[in-house]
Amino acid sequence: MTLQPFRRLESRTVVLPQADIDTDQIIPARYLKGTTRAGLGRWLFAGWRYDETGRERPGFPLSAPEARGAQVLVAGANFGCGSSREHAPWALLDHGFRAVVSSSIADIFRANSLKNGLLPVIVDPATHEILLATPALRVAIDLESCTLEFDDARVSFAIDPFARKCLLEGVDELGYLLAQEEAIAAWEKEAGCAR
Amino acid sequence: MGQCSPRTLFAKIWDAHLVRPETDEAPAVLYVDLHLVHEVTSPQAFSVLRERGLRVRRPERTVATMDHSIPTTPRPAGTRFVVQDQECAAQLSALEANCAEFGVELHSLESEQQGIVHVIGAELGLTQPGTTIVCGDSHTSTHGAFGALAFGIGSTEVGHVLATQSLLQRRPRTLQVRVEGRMRPGVSAKDLILTVIARIGVAGGAGQVIEYTGSAIRALSMEARMTVCNMSIEAGARAGLIAPDDVTFQFLAGRPRSPAGAAWDAAVARWRALPGDPGAAFDRTVTIDADALEPRITFGTNPSMSVPIRGAVPDPGSATDAANRAAFDRAVRYMGLRPGQALLGHPIEVVFIGSCTNGRLEDLRAAATVLRGRKVARGVRTLVVPGSRQVKRAAEAEGLDRVFRDAGAEWREPGCSMCIAMNGDQLQPGQSAVSTSNRNFEGRQGPGGRTFLASPLTAAAAAVAGAIADPRELLR
Ligand code: SF4
Repeated sequence: MTLQPFRRLESRTVVLPQADIDTDQIIPARYLKGTTRAGLGRWLFAGWRYDETGRERPGFPLSAPEARGAQVLVAGANFGCGSSREHAPWALLDHGFRAVVSSSIADIFRANSLKNGLLPVIVDPATHEILLATPALRVAIDLESCTLEFDDARVSFAIDPFARKCLLEGVDELGYLLAQEEAIAAWEKEAGCAR
Repeated sequence: MGQCSPRTLFAKIWDAHLVRPETDEAPAVLYVDLHLVHEVTSPQAFSVLRERGLRVRRPERTVATMDHSIPTTPRPAGTRFVVQDQECAAQLSALEANCAEFGVELHSLESEQQGIVHVIGAELGLTQPGTTIVCGDSHTSTHGAFGALAFGIGSTEVGHVLATQSLLQRRPRTLQVRVEGRMRPGVSAKDLILTVIARIGVAGGAGQVIEYTGSAIRALSMEARMTVCNMSIEAGARAGLIAPDDVTFQFLAGRPRSPAGAAWDAAVARWRALPGDPGAAFDRTVTIDADALEPRITFGTNPSMSVPIRGAVPDPGSATDAANRAAFDRAVRYMGLRPGQALLGHPIEVVFIGSCTNGRLEDLRAAATVLRGRKVARGVRTLVVPGSRQVKRAAEAEGLDRVFRDAGAEWREPGCSMCIAMNGDQLQPGQSAVSTSNRNFEGRQGPGGRTFLASPLTAAAAAVAGAIADPRELLR
């Protein structure tokens, strides 16, 4: 499967400042009843975004006019904790986000994001503070150089080199794993569990 | 690290499953011994196989069940399940069709072995020491109680494992949580793990595998060990681990999928070599005093926000920075509490006893010790949901269903139920529940619902009192 390659992204940010935003907030379990990954953006942050009657709450950052078309979400620390549901990055991508920026991002969510072309960007606490305090900031994220730019600032971020290569080239990991077949079969033979 | 230097339990399992070691350029290729599957996170993965013309590489290492979205409404013996929710019904049919097409063993609603994926893995004897186990579910960490390296994955990775029986992984670091001493009566594994999470924080285990060690861990039953490992993910950890010992072997002996005869003896000999070598180093160690533990209850909207049952909602001044403080304020407000308020006596409307954390026989027995001969408080809805059909049968064989029914609680069919509220078992907006499940996130048990996490003993005590209560009062 090919993914949309990720090289450079310029966008305004949307800010959700709370720490520890869990995947039940990103997409509540009642929207996990489907069998495809399509159309989940509508239910992104559903519990926070809509009131009891299903109308958008005007005060929610995602509903603000300047959030329209934004592709970068800036969130509090430990974003994406909780459940392993890949519906979380699917919903973010379907809504239009291509990158999530925080000072830390939970392990399973981060792995799921990378596999779908949603770039997790981990920045230092000082940069994080500035980004949290400045909604709708224009930023540029460059994956070739692993840098995030805004105003006059240019900060670098770390990313697993393998995941970076996959994102830059727009290829998924399954092809790589399938190419390991010989090694996998050899391991099974050695472990005495070959078929 | 060479084979001669002392290794932790984690390192032994990791090393033994390396198809390819990691390099700077590429993660390790890790072999997966057992892949557990359920209806919610697998349909997209099966679709990928179909799109690419792939098969399930090792169907005999893959076991599926239905648990998350199924009804748990009591049904008369001999009648079939009816799934009212059309979307859920379609998802369940998709699992049935996928398992049939790809040759995967499925414990569907009519199976005598159906149940929550992490409950049935252990009771079938599928969960074995020294193995690697994955599932598209974060509480896969439960299986670490047997000394298996078990962790949750997303749906794309479910596809990877279906197709290749392997995963790309970076080696996590190790965190030892050492629990010494003896837990007092009324204190259970749930209180222990809530204490651990409060201590290290909701992200305190990120990038790490936690190994629980010490005399208090050795003294735990397998069921209690599963409760501890289950919630490792609530501290952000990749997995939880407990070294296998005689308690583990006794639990596994004679299970349907456990080795038998000479193979059993060989397996036990292998398993005895798994515990970490003396002197094996952890990246970090945290120590907990078991004697000082008390029954615990959460007050906020993540599992690290807990206090001893006789404690009060903390002051937000203790939060470290502005973002944390905002999260704390929001959580306390959402829960309908204020800083400084005592938890004891806080009224509740619902009690949920069940889930992969506390839905096993021992948990139901604990709840029954409190509920036996007592009544659920007027106006409190109490659901008791066994973790599997086998748990349900065993509980009924010893009359626990009667204890619950006589007390005025609902005795339900097995499933995830109100832990995740996908099946209609849910809180109404503003309702408060004491729950033995693992997540108190906003809306987890229904939009606007307020969840107080606690042990089965504490949950049962709350059912009787109609308010948050100290179970020790009722055990005297
Ligand atoms: S009981 Fe709850 S936590 Fe456990 S598998 Fe089911 S939904 Fe997940």
